Amino acid sequence: MAAALSSWEAGAKSVFLLERNEYLGGILPQCIHPGFGLQIWGEELTGPEYAEIFIEKLNRTGVEAMTDTAALELTPERIVKAVNPQGAWEIKANSIILSMGCRERTRGMLQIPGYRPAGIFTAGLAQYLVNIAGYLPGKDIVILGSGDIGLIMARRLTLEGARVKMVVEIKNSLSGLVRNYVQCIQDFNIPLLFSHTVTEVRGKERVEAVVISEVDEEGNPLSGGEREVECDTLLLSVGLIPENELSRQAKIPLSPQTGGPWVDEDFSTDLEGFFACGNVASVFDLVDYVTLVAERAGRAAVLARPPQEKHILRAGEGVHTVIPQRIREGKDGFLFIRPQKSMKGVTVSFWEREKIFYQKKISICRPSEMIKLDLAQIPWPQEKGEIKVEIKGTEIQGIS
Amino acid sequence: MKLKEQKSREFLELICIVCPLGCSLSVTKSDDRIRVRGGCKKGEKYVKEEITNPRRVVTTTLRIKNGVWPRVPVRTSSPFPRDKIPELMKFLSSLEVEAPQKRGEVIAKNLLGEGVDLVVTRTIERKE
Repeated sequence: MAAALSSWEAGAKSVFLLERNEYLGGILPQCIHPGFGLQIWGEELTGPEYAEIFIEKLNRTGVEAMTDTAALELTPERIVKAVNPQGAWEIKANSIILSMGCRERTRGMLQIPGYRPAGIFTAGLAQYLVNIAGYLPGKDIVILGSGDIGLIMARRLTLEGARVKMVVEIKNSLSGLVRNYVQCIQDFNIPLLFSHTVTEVRGKERVEAVVISEVDEEGNPLSGGEREVECDTLLLSVGLIPENELSRQAKIPLSPQTGGPWVDEDFSTDLEGFFACGNVASVFDLVDYVTLVAERAGRAAVLARPPQEKHILRAGEGVHTVIPQRIREGKDGFLFIRPQKSMKGVTVSFWEREKIFYQKKISICRPSEMIKLDLAQIPWPQEKGEIKVEIKGTEIQGIS
Repeated sequence: MKLKEQKSREFLELICIVCPLGCSLSVTKSDDRIRVRGGCKKGEKYVKEEITNPRRVVTTTLRIKNGVWPRVPVRTSSPFPRDKIPELMKFLSSLEVEAPQKRGEVIAKNLLGEGVDLVVTRTIERKE
Protein backbone atom coordinates (compact mmCIF):
# COMPACT_ATOMS: atom_id res chain seq x y z
CA MET A 1 0.00 0.00 0.00
CA ALA A 2 2.84 2.42 0.82
CA ALA A 3 4.47 1.69 -2.54
CA ALA A 4 1.18 2.11 -4.44
CA LEU A 5 0.52 5.39 -2.66
CA SER A 6 3.93 6.83 -3.34
CA SER A 7 3.75 5.74 -7.01
CA TRP A 8 0.45 7.55 -7.28
CA GLU A 9 1.79 10.64 -5.56
CA ALA A 10 4.84 10.60 -7.84
CA GLY A 11 2.53 10.93 -10.83
CA ALA A 12 1.87 7.39 -12.08
CA LYS A 13 -1.06 7.34 -14.52
CA SER A 14 -2.43 4.06 -13.32
CA VAL A 15 -1.51 1.88 -10.37
CA PHE A 16 -2.90 -1.60 -9.78
CA LEU A 17 -2.51 -3.23 -6.39
CA LEU A 18 -3.08 -7.00 -6.52
CA GLU A 19 -3.85 -8.68 -3.18
CA ARG A 20 -4.39 -12.41 -2.76
CA ASN A 21 -6.13 -11.98 0.59
CA GLU A 22 -9.73 -10.86 1.15
CA TYR A 23 -8.51 -7.67 2.82
CA LEU A 24 -5.61 -5.25 2.43
CA GLY A 25 -2.80 -4.87 4.94
CA GLY A 26 -1.20 -8.32 4.81
CA ILE A 27 -0.31 -9.50 8.30
CA LEU A 28 -1.13 -6.16 9.99
CA PRO A 29 -4.85 -6.66 10.69
CA GLN A 30 -4.05 -9.74 12.79
CA CYS A 31 -1.23 -7.97 14.70
CA ILE A 32 -3.60 -6.35 17.19
CA HIS A 33 -0.78 -5.39 19.61
CA PRO A 34 0.69 -1.88 19.71
CA GLY A 35 4.17 -0.91 18.55
CA PHE A 36 3.68 0.14 14.95
CA GLY A 37 4.38 3.63 13.64
CA LEU A 38 6.74 4.86 16.36
CA GLN A 39 9.64 5.46 13.99
CA ILE A 40 7.76 7.27 11.23
CA TRP A 41 4.85 8.93 13.01
CA GLY A 42 6.09 9.05 16.59
CA GLU A 43 2.83 7.45 17.61
CA GLU A 44 2.25 3.92 18.78
CA LEU A 45 -0.47 2.20 16.77
CA THR A 46 -1.79 -1.33 16.58
CA GLY A 47 -1.50 -3.30 13.33
CA PRO A 48 -5.16 -2.89 12.28
CA GLU A 49 -4.95 0.88 12.87
CA TYR A 50 -1.73 1.20 10.89
CA ALA A 51 -3.24 -0.76 7.99
CA GLU A 52 -6.51 1.14 8.06
CA ILE A 53 -4.76 4.53 7.88
CA PHE A 54 -3.12 3.35 4.66
CA ILE A 55 -6.38 1.91 3.32
CA GLU A 56 -8.07 5.26 3.90
CA LYS A 57 -5.24 7.13 2.17
CA LEU A 58 -5.41 4.69 -0.73
CA ASN A 59 -9.17 5.19 -1.06
CA ARG A 60 -8.57 8.88 -1.70
CA THR A 61 -6.38 8.13 -4.75
CA GLY A 62 -6.99 6.53 -8.12
CA VAL A 63 -5.09 3.39 -7.14
CA GLU A 64 -7.04 0.31 -8.22
CA ALA A 65 -6.82 -2.11 -5.30
CA MET A 66 -7.99 -5.62 -6.23
CA THR A 67 -8.43 -7.97 -3.28
CA ASP A 68 -9.12 -11.71 -3.66
CA THR A 69 -6.78 -11.53 -6.61
CA ALA A 70 -3.96 -14.03 -6.97
CA ALA A 71 -1.05 -13.24 -9.30
CA LEU A 72 -0.22 -16.59 -10.86
CA GLU A 73 2.38 -15.73 -13.42
CA LEU A 74 5.00 -13.09 -13.94
CA THR A 75 7.17 -12.73 -17.04
CA PRO A 76 10.47 -10.83 -17.51
CA GLU A 77 8.55 -8.63 -19.99
CA ARG A 78 6.47 -7.38 -17.04
CA ILE A 79 3.23 -9.17 -17.84
CA VAL A 80 1.24 -10.30 -14.81
CA LYS A 81 -1.42 -12.98 -15.08
CA ALA A 82 -3.90 -12.94 -12.23
CA VAL A 83 -7.25 -14.46 -11.32
CA ASN A 84 -10.07 -13.32 -9.09
CA PRO A 85 -13.81 -14.07 -8.80
CA GLN A 86 -14.46 -11.67 -11.71
CA GLY A 87 -12.22 -13.65 -14.06
CA ALA A 88 -8.69 -13.88 -15.40
CA TRP A 89 -6.56 -10.79 -15.97
CA GLU A 90 -3.47 -10.01 -17.95
CA ILE A 91 -1.75 -6.75 -17.16
CA LYS A 92 1.28 -5.31 -18.95
CA ALA A 93 3.07 -2.85 -16.72
CA ASN A 94 5.92 -0.36 -17.18
CA SER A 95 7.11 -1.09 -13.67
CA ILE A 96 6.31 -3.88 -11.27
CA ILE A 97 6.82 -3.58 -7.52
CA LEU A 98 7.07 -6.94 -5.79
CA SER A 99 5.59 -6.80 -2.29
CA MET A 100 4.58 -10.39 -1.61
CA GLY A 101 6.06 -10.31 1.89
CA CYS A 102 7.30 -13.46 3.52
CA ARG A 103 6.03 -16.74 4.88
CA GLU A 104 6.76 -18.62 8.06
CA ARG A 105 9.13 -21.52 8.33
CA THR A 106 7.24 -24.71 9.09
CA ARG A 107 7.74 -27.94 11.00
CA GLY A 108 8.69 -29.69 7.77
CA MET A 109 11.63 -27.32 7.35
CA LEU A 110 12.86 -28.11 10.87
CA GLN A 111 12.40 -31.84 10.38
CA ILE A 112 11.12 -32.51 13.89
CA PRO A 113 10.46 -36.26 14.16
CA GLY A 114 7.08 -37.69 15.18
CA TYR A 115 3.61 -38.29 13.79
CA ARG A 116 1.60 -35.53 12.18
CA PRO A 117 -1.01 -34.87 14.85
CA ALA A 118 -3.34 -31.88 15.03
CA GLY A 119 -2.05 -29.07 17.23
CA ILE A 120 1.10 -27.88 15.42
CA PHE A 121 0.80 -24.33 14.16
CA THR A 122 3.09 -21.60 12.96
CA ALA A 123 2.79 -18.64 15.35
CA GLY A 124 1.33 -16.42 12.62
CA LEU A 125 -1.38 -18.93 11.79
CA ALA A 126 -2.29 -19.17 15.48
CA GLN A 127 -2.43 -15.38 15.54
CA TYR A 128 -4.85 -15.37 12.62
CA LEU A 129 -7.02 -17.99 14.32
CA VAL A 130 -7.19 -16.11 17.62
CA ASN A 131 -7.43 -12.52 16.43
CA ILE A 132 -9.39 -12.72 13.18
CA ALA A 133 -11.24 -16.04 13.03
CA GLY A 134 -11.91 -16.24 16.78
CA TYR A 135 -10.60 -19.71 17.66
CA LEU A 136 -8.24 -20.74 20.46
CA PRO A 137 -5.78 -23.24 18.92
CA GLY A 138 -5.13 -25.10 22.20
CA LYS A 139 -4.98 -24.98 25.97
CA ASP A 140 -1.50 -26.19 27.01
CA ILE A 141 1.05 -24.63 24.77
CA VAL A 142 4.77 -24.90 24.06
CA ILE A 143 6.31 -22.29 21.78
CA LEU A 144 9.45 -23.07 19.82
CA GLY A 145 11.45 -19.99 18.89
CA SER A 146 11.70 -16.63 20.59
CA GLY A 147 10.88 -14.60 17.48
CA ASP A 148 8.54 -11.66 17.87
CA ILE A 149 5.37 -13.42 16.76
CA GLY A 150 6.14 -16.25 19.18
CA LEU A 151 6.59 -13.85 22.10
CA ILE A 152 3.50 -11.86 21.16
CA MET A 153 1.47 -15.08 20.93
CA ALA A 154 2.73 -16.24 24.34
CA ARG A 155 1.06 -13.18 25.85
CA ARG A 156 -2.00 -13.31 23.63
CA LEU A 157 -2.76 -16.96 24.42
CA THR A 158 -2.16 -16.40 28.13
CA LEU A 159 -4.62 -13.49 28.13
CA GLU A 160 -7.16 -15.68 26.35
CA GLY A 161 -6.92 -18.31 29.08
CA ALA A 162 -4.45 -20.83 27.64
CA ARG A 163 -1.42 -22.03 29.62
CA VAL A 164 1.86 -21.27 27.90
CA LYS A 165 4.17 -23.79 29.51
CA MET A 166 7.39 -22.48 28.04
CA VAL A 167 9.15 -20.80 25.18
CA VAL A 168 12.12 -22.76 23.87
CA GLU A 169 14.93 -21.06 21.93
CA ILE A 170 17.69 -22.96 20.17
CA LYS A 171 20.13 -20.03 20.27
CA ASN A 172 21.71 -18.63 23.42
CA SER A 173 20.04 -15.25 22.90
CA LEU A 174 16.65 -13.75 22.19
CA SER A 175 15.43 -13.75 18.55
CA GLY A 176 12.72 -11.12 19.02
CA LEU A 177 12.73 -7.58 20.37
CA VAL A 178 13.66 -7.06 24.03
CA ARG A 179 10.50 -5.06 24.72
CA ASN A 180 8.46 -8.05 23.64
CA TYR A 181 10.40 -10.22 26.07
CA VAL A 182 9.60 -7.83 28.93
CA GLN A 183 5.93 -7.35 28.13
CA CYS A 184 5.06 -10.82 26.89
CA ILE A 185 7.28 -13.21 28.86
CA GLN A 186 8.46 -11.46 32.03
CA ASP A 187 5.04 -9.90 32.79
CA PHE A 188 3.41 -13.35 32.79
CA ASN A 189 6.26 -15.36 34.34
CA ILE A 190 6.53 -17.64 31.34
CA PRO A 191 9.71 -19.77 31.40
CA LEU A 192 12.07 -19.09 28.49
CA LEU A 193 14.76 -21.70 27.86
CA PHE A 194 17.80 -20.74 25.80
CA SER A 195 19.97 -23.36 24.04
CA HIS A 196 17.09 -25.82 23.87
CA THR A 197 14.96 -27.18 21.05
CA VAL A 198 12.08 -29.54 20.39
CA THR A 199 13.41 -32.89 19.20
CA GLU A 200 10.20 -34.92 19.06
CA VAL A 201 6.46 -34.45 18.86
CA ARG A 202 4.42 -37.10 20.72
CA GLY A 203 0.79 -37.98 20.00
CA LYS A 204 -0.96 -39.45 16.99
CA GLU A 205 -4.31 -37.70 16.60
CA ARG A 206 -3.52 -34.64 18.70
CA VAL A 207 -0.25 -33.39 20.17
CA GLU A 208 0.16 -34.98 23.63
CA ALA A 209 3.68 -33.86 24.50
CA VAL A 210 6.93 -32.61 23.05
CA VAL A 211 10.44 -33.67 23.92
CA ILE A 212 12.85 -30.83 24.50
CA SER A 213 16.62 -31.20 24.49
CA GLU A 214 19.55 -29.02 25.32
CA VAL A 215 21.75 -28.16 22.34
CA ASP A 216 25.44 -27.41 21.88
CA GLU A 217 26.81 -24.19 20.40
CA GLU A 218 26.11 -25.40 16.86
CA GLY A 219 22.51 -26.21 17.75
CA ASN A 220 22.98 -30.00 17.79
CA PRO A 221 20.91 -31.77 20.49
CA LEU A 222 22.97 -33.17 23.37
CA SER A 223 21.99 -36.68 24.36
CA GLY A 224 20.96 -37.28 27.95
CA GLY A 225 19.40 -33.86 28.44
CA GLU A 226 15.96 -34.68 27.05
CA ARG A 227 12.74 -34.18 28.91
CA GLU A 228 9.09 -34.53 28.07
CA VAL A 229 6.72 -31.58 28.35
CA GLU A 230 3.01 -32.35 28.24
CA CYS A 231 1.04 -30.06 25.96
CA ASP A 232 -1.71 -30.15 23.33
CA THR A 233 -0.27 -27.50 21.06
CA LEU A 234 3.12 -26.58 19.62
CA LEU A 235 3.62 -23.15 18.08
CA LEU A 236 6.56 -22.48 15.79
CA SER A 237 8.15 -19.05 15.63
CA VAL A 238 11.30 -20.08 13.85
CA GLY A 239 11.92 -17.56 11.14
CA LEU A 240 10.48 -16.06 8.00
CA ILE A 241 11.38 -16.56 4.36
CA PRO A 242 10.76 -13.96 1.63
CA GLU A 243 8.14 -15.29 -0.76
CA ASN A 244 9.71 -15.24 -4.20
CA GLU A 245 8.08 -17.88 -6.41
CA LEU A 246 6.92 -15.19 -8.85
CA SER A 247 10.30 -13.45 -8.77
CA ARG A 248 11.94 -16.73 -9.80
CA GLN A 249 9.46 -17.10 -12.66
CA ALA A 250 10.37 -13.66 -13.91
CA LYS A 251 14.06 -14.64 -13.62
CA ILE A 252 14.91 -11.89 -11.15
CA PRO A 253 18.31 -12.59 -9.56
CA LEU A 254 17.94 -13.50 -5.87
CA SER A 255 20.38 -13.13 -2.99
CA PRO A 256 21.12 -16.34 -1.08
CA GLN A 257 21.58 -14.30 2.11
CA THR A 258 18.22 -12.55 2.22
CA GLY A 259 16.27 -14.98 0.04
CA GLY A 260 14.94 -11.98 -1.86
CA PRO A 261 16.01 -10.07 -4.98
CA TRP A 262 19.26 -8.07 -4.94
CA VAL A 263 18.20 -4.45 -4.70
CA ASP A 264 19.74 -0.97 -4.69
CA GLU A 265 18.78 1.99 -2.50
CA ASP A 266 15.71 2.59 -4.71
CA PHE A 267 14.76 -1.04 -4.14
CA SER A 268 15.22 -1.62 -7.81
CA THR A 269 16.14 -5.24 -8.60
CA ASP A 270 18.81 -6.39 -11.04
CA LEU A 271 16.11 -6.85 -13.69
CA GLU A 272 15.04 -3.58 -15.29
CA GLY A 273 11.54 -2.40 -14.41
CA PHE A 274 11.22 -4.65 -11.35
CA PHE A 275 11.31 -3.34 -7.80
CA ALA A 276 11.00 -5.22 -4.53
CA CYS A 277 9.99 -3.67 -1.24
CA GLY A 278 9.56 -4.83 2.31
CA ASN A 279 9.80 -8.42 3.44
CA VAL A 280 9.89 -9.87 -0.07
CA ALA A 281 13.36 -8.31 -0.40
CA SER A 282 14.60 -9.07 3.11
CA VAL A 283 12.79 -9.74 6.37
CA PHE A 284 12.52 -6.45 8.28
CA ASP A 285 11.78 -6.22 11.99
CA LEU A 286 9.75 -3.00 11.94
CA VAL A 287 6.80 -2.20 9.72
CA ASP A 288 7.98 1.41 9.76
CA TYR A 289 11.12 0.39 7.87
CA VAL A 290 9.01 -1.59 5.39
CA THR A 291 6.96 1.54 4.78
CA LEU A 292 10.08 3.70 4.31
CA VAL A 293 11.60 1.41 1.70
CA ALA A 294 8.25 0.85 -0.02
CA GLU A 295 7.87 4.59 -0.46
CA ARG A 296 11.27 4.72 -2.13
CA ALA A 297 10.39 1.81 -4.41
CA GLY A 298 7.09 3.43 -5.32
CA ARG A 299 8.74 6.69 -6.39
CA ALA A 300 11.57 4.94 -8.22
CA ALA A 301 9.11 2.76 -10.13
CA VAL A 302 7.62 5.92 -11.67
CA LEU A 303 10.99 7.49 -12.46
CA ALA A 304 12.20 4.24 -14.07
CA ARG A 305 15.81 5.41 -14.38
CA PRO A 306 18.03 3.47 -16.79
CA PRO A 307 20.37 0.87 -15.27
CA GLN A 308 23.88 2.00 -14.28
CA GLU A 309 26.96 0.61 -12.61
CA LYS A 310 26.62 0.20 -8.85
CA HIS A 311 28.64 -0.58 -5.76
CA ILE A 312 28.12 -4.13 -4.57
CA LEU A 313 27.90 -4.63 -0.80
CA ARG A 314 29.02 -7.91 0.74
CA ALA A 315 28.23 -9.12 4.26
CA GLY A 316 31.57 -9.56 6.03
CA GLU A 317 32.42 -10.74 9.53
CA GLY A 318 29.60 -10.38 12.07
CA VAL A 319 27.04 -9.40 9.43
CA HIS A 320 24.04 -11.59 8.68
CA THR A 321 22.54 -9.46 5.92
CA VAL A 322 22.82 -6.03 4.37
CA ILE A 323 19.96 -4.47 2.50
CA PRO A 324 20.22 -2.92 -0.05
CA GLN A 325 23.16 -4.85 -1.47
CA ARG A 326 23.67 -2.44 -4.38
CA ILE A 327 24.43 1.26 -4.11
CA ARG A 328 23.57 3.33 -7.16
CA GLU A 329 24.59 6.76 -5.90
CA GLY A 330 24.41 6.61 -2.11
CA LYS A 331 23.11 10.18 -1.95
CA ASP A 332 19.91 9.38 -0.10
CA GLY A 333 18.10 6.36 1.28
CA PHE A 334 18.98 3.89 4.00
CA LEU A 335 21.18 0.93 4.69
CA PHE A 336 19.91 -1.81 6.99
CA ILE A 337 22.43 -4.17 8.54
CA ARG A 338 21.42 -7.24 10.50
CA PRO A 339 24.16 -8.43 12.88
CA GLN A 340 24.83 -12.13 13.45
CA LYS A 341 25.14 -11.84 17.22
CA SER A 342 24.25 -9.63 20.16
CA MET A 343 27.24 -7.41 20.83
CA LYS A 344 28.35 -4.44 22.94
CA GLY A 345 30.79 -1.70 21.95
CA VAL A 346 30.08 -2.22 18.29
CA THR A 347 32.03 -0.85 15.33
CA VAL A 348 30.59 -1.09 11.82
CA SER A 349 33.33 -0.86 9.20
CA PHE A 350 33.12 -0.36 5.44
CA TRP A 351 36.00 -1.80 3.42
CA GLU A 352 37.02 -0.95 -0.12
CA ARG A 353 39.64 -3.50 -1.11
CA GLU A 354 42.09 -3.53 1.84
CA LYS A 355 41.11 -0.12 3.20
CA ILE A 356 38.46 1.00 5.68
CA PHE A 357 36.80 4.15 4.34
CA TYR A 358 34.05 4.58 6.93
CA GLN A 359 33.41 3.49 10.50
CA LYS A 360 30.44 3.94 12.75
CA LYS A 361 30.33 3.19 16.48
CA ILE A 362 27.18 1.86 18.14
CA SER A 363 26.73 0.97 21.81
CA ILE A 364 24.75 -2.23 21.31
CA CYS A 365 23.41 -4.45 18.51
CA ARG A 366 21.15 -7.48 18.41
CA PRO A 367 20.20 -9.87 15.60
CA SER A 368 16.54 -8.95 16.16
CA GLU A 369 17.16 -5.30 15.40
CA MET A 370 18.56 -4.05 12.13
CA ILE A 371 21.08 -1.24 12.32
CA LYS A 372 19.73 1.61 10.19
CA LEU A 373 22.22 4.00 8.59
CA ASP A 374 21.68 7.01 6.36
CA LEU A 375 23.39 6.42 3.03
CA ALA A 376 24.25 10.11 2.73
CA GLN A 377 26.44 9.88 5.87
CA ILE A 378 28.75 7.39 4.21
CA PRO A 379 31.53 8.78 1.94
CA TRP A 380 31.10 6.30 -0.91
CA PRO A 381 34.21 5.79 -3.06
CA GLN A 382 34.24 7.41 -6.51
CA GLU A 383 34.94 4.23 -8.37
CA LYS A 384 32.17 1.63 -8.37
CA GLY A 385 33.24 -1.71 -6.96
CA GLU A 386 32.90 -4.24 -4.21
CA ILE A 387 32.46 -3.06 -0.62
CA LYS A 388 32.60 -5.24 2.46
CA VAL A 389 30.60 -4.43 5.59
CA GLU A 390 31.87 -5.78 8.89
CA ILE A 391 30.63 -5.65 12.50
CA LYS A 392 32.90 -6.16 15.48
CA GLY A 393 32.20 -5.99 19.20
CA THR A 394 32.02 -7.94 22.44
CA GLU A 395 29.50 -10.76 22.32
CA ILE A 396 26.69 -10.77 24.87
CA GLN A 397 24.38 -13.65 25.79
CA GLY A 398 20.90 -13.99 27.21
CA ILE A 399 18.40 -11.15 27.19
CA SER A 400 20.34 -7.92 26.89
CA MET B 1 36.22 12.44 61.12
CA LYS B 2 32.50 11.96 61.02
CA LEU B 3 31.04 9.02 59.21
CA LYS B 4 28.67 9.95 56.45
CA GLU B 5 25.14 8.84 57.03
CA GLN B 6 24.50 5.64 55.08
CA LYS B 7 21.38 5.93 52.98
CA SER B 8 19.45 2.85 51.96
CA ARG B 9 20.10 2.35 48.27
CA GLU B 10 18.87 -0.18 45.81
CA PHE B 11 20.17 -0.97 42.34
CA LEU B 12 17.98 -2.27 39.55
CA GLU B 13 18.59 -3.23 35.95
CA LEU B 14 15.53 -2.63 33.81
CA ILE B 15 14.92 -2.94 30.11
CA CYS B 16 13.04 0.01 28.66
CA ILE B 17 9.94 -0.95 26.68
CA VAL B 18 8.85 2.51 25.55
CA CYS B 19 10.06 1.92 22.01
CA PRO B 20 11.55 -1.00 20.03
CA LEU B 21 15.14 0.05 20.85
CA GLY B 22 14.93 -1.70 24.24
CA CYS B 23 17.62 0.29 26.05
CA SER B 24 19.19 -1.12 29.22
CA LEU B 25 18.58 1.20 32.15
CA SER B 26 20.53 1.23 35.40
CA VAL B 27 18.35 2.45 38.20
CA THR B 28 19.50 3.64 41.61
CA LYS B 29 16.74 3.92 44.17
CA SER B 30 17.60 5.98 47.23
CA ASP B 31 15.25 7.01 50.01
CA ASP B 32 13.98 10.08 48.32
CA ARG B 33 14.70 9.72 44.63
CA ILE B 34 15.13 7.47 41.66
CA ARG B 35 18.13 7.97 39.39
CA VAL B 36 18.17 6.50 35.91
CA ARG B 37 21.18 6.00 33.67
CA GLY B 38 20.98 5.04 30.00
CA GLY B 39 18.02 5.62 27.71
CA CYS B 40 16.14 8.85 27.05
CA LYS B 41 13.71 11.18 28.86
CA LYS B 42 10.82 8.87 28.03
CA GLY B 43 12.77 6.00 29.56
CA GLU B 44 13.23 7.91 32.79
CA LYS B 45 9.49 8.47 33.05
CA TYR B 46 8.90 4.81 32.27
CA VAL B 47 11.18 3.65 35.10
CA LYS B 48 9.46 5.86 37.66
CA GLU B 49 6.09 4.45 36.66
CA GLU B 50 7.35 0.89 36.34
CA ILE B 51 8.61 0.93 39.93
CA THR B 52 5.63 2.63 41.53
CA ASN B 53 2.67 1.64 39.32
CA PRO B 54 3.38 -0.59 36.31
CA ARG B 55 0.92 -0.11 33.46
CA ARG B 56 0.46 -1.67 30.04
CA VAL B 57 -1.64 -0.93 27.00
CA VAL B 58 -3.96 -3.93 26.73
CA THR B 59 -5.07 -5.15 23.31
CA THR B 60 -7.52 -7.96 22.72
CA THR B 61 -10.58 -8.80 20.65
CA LEU B 62 -14.30 -8.83 21.44
CA ARG B 63 -17.11 -10.94 20.05
CA ILE B 64 -19.04 -8.98 17.44
CA LYS B 65 -22.53 -9.84 16.22
CA ASN B 66 -23.42 -9.59 12.54
CA GLY B 67 -19.94 -8.48 11.54
CA VAL B 68 -18.08 -9.54 8.40
CA TRP B 69 -15.55 -10.97 10.87
CA PRO B 70 -16.42 -12.66 14.19
CA ARG B 71 -13.97 -10.58 16.28
CA VAL B 72 -13.30 -6.87 16.59
CA PRO B 73 -9.87 -5.82 17.87
CA VAL B 74 -9.73 -3.24 20.67
CA ARG B 75 -7.16 -1.42 22.80
CA THR B 76 -7.16 0.52 26.03
CA SER B 77 -7.08 4.28 25.46
CA SER B 78 -4.04 4.56 27.73
CA PRO B 79 -1.90 2.13 29.77
CA PHE B 80 -3.91 0.11 32.29
CA PRO B 81 -2.67 -1.08 35.73
CA ARG B 82 -0.74 -4.27 35.01
CA ASP B 83 -1.89 -6.15 38.09
CA LYS B 84 -5.55 -5.75 37.15
CA ILE B 85 -5.17 -7.08 33.58
CA PRO B 86 -6.52 -10.58 34.40
CA GLU B 87 -9.61 -9.01 35.95
CA LEU B 88 -9.99 -6.77 32.90
CA MET B 89 -9.77 -9.75 30.54
CA LYS B 90 -12.51 -11.51 32.48
CA PHE B 91 -14.75 -8.48 32.19
CA LEU B 92 -14.04 -8.04 28.46
CA SER B 93 -14.84 -11.68 27.68
CA SER B 94 -18.37 -11.00 28.88
CA LEU B 95 -18.86 -8.15 26.39
CA GLU B 96 -20.45 -8.57 23.00
CA VAL B 97 -20.89 -5.75 20.55
CA GLU B 98 -22.94 -5.29 17.41
CA ALA B 99 -21.56 -4.49 13.93
CA PRO B 100 -20.80 -2.05 12.41
CA GLN B 101 -17.95 -0.72 14.55
CA LYS B 102 -15.65 2.04 13.44
CA ARG B 103 -11.96 2.42 14.23
CA GLY B 104 -11.34 5.01 16.95
CA GLU B 105 -14.75 4.74 18.58
CA VAL B 106 -14.96 4.24 22.34
CA ILE B 107 -16.74 0.97 22.98
CA ALA B 108 -16.63 0.93 26.81
CA LYS B 109 -15.82 3.70 29.28
CA ASN B 110 -13.92 3.85 32.56
CA LEU B 111 -12.85 0.17 32.63
CA LEU B 112 -13.03 -1.23 36.20
CA GLY B 113 -13.22 2.36 37.43
CA GLU B 114 -9.62 3.03 36.36
CA GLY B 115 -10.43 5.96 34.11
CA VAL B 116 -9.27 4.10 31.01
CA ASP B 117 -11.55 3.53 28.01
CA LEU B 118 -11.73 0.79 25.38
CA VAL B 119 -11.21 1.83 21.75
CA VAL B 120 -11.99 -0.04 18.51
CA THR B 121 -8.88 -0.54 16.35
CA ARG B 122 -10.39 -2.02 13.19
CA THR B 123 -13.51 -1.03 11.32
CA ILE B 124 -15.80 -4.04 11.06
CA GLU B 125 -18.68 -3.65 8.61
CA ARG B 126 -22.06 -5.25 9.05
CA LYS B 127 -22.62 -8.53 7.25
CA GLU B 128 -25.35 -8.17 4.60
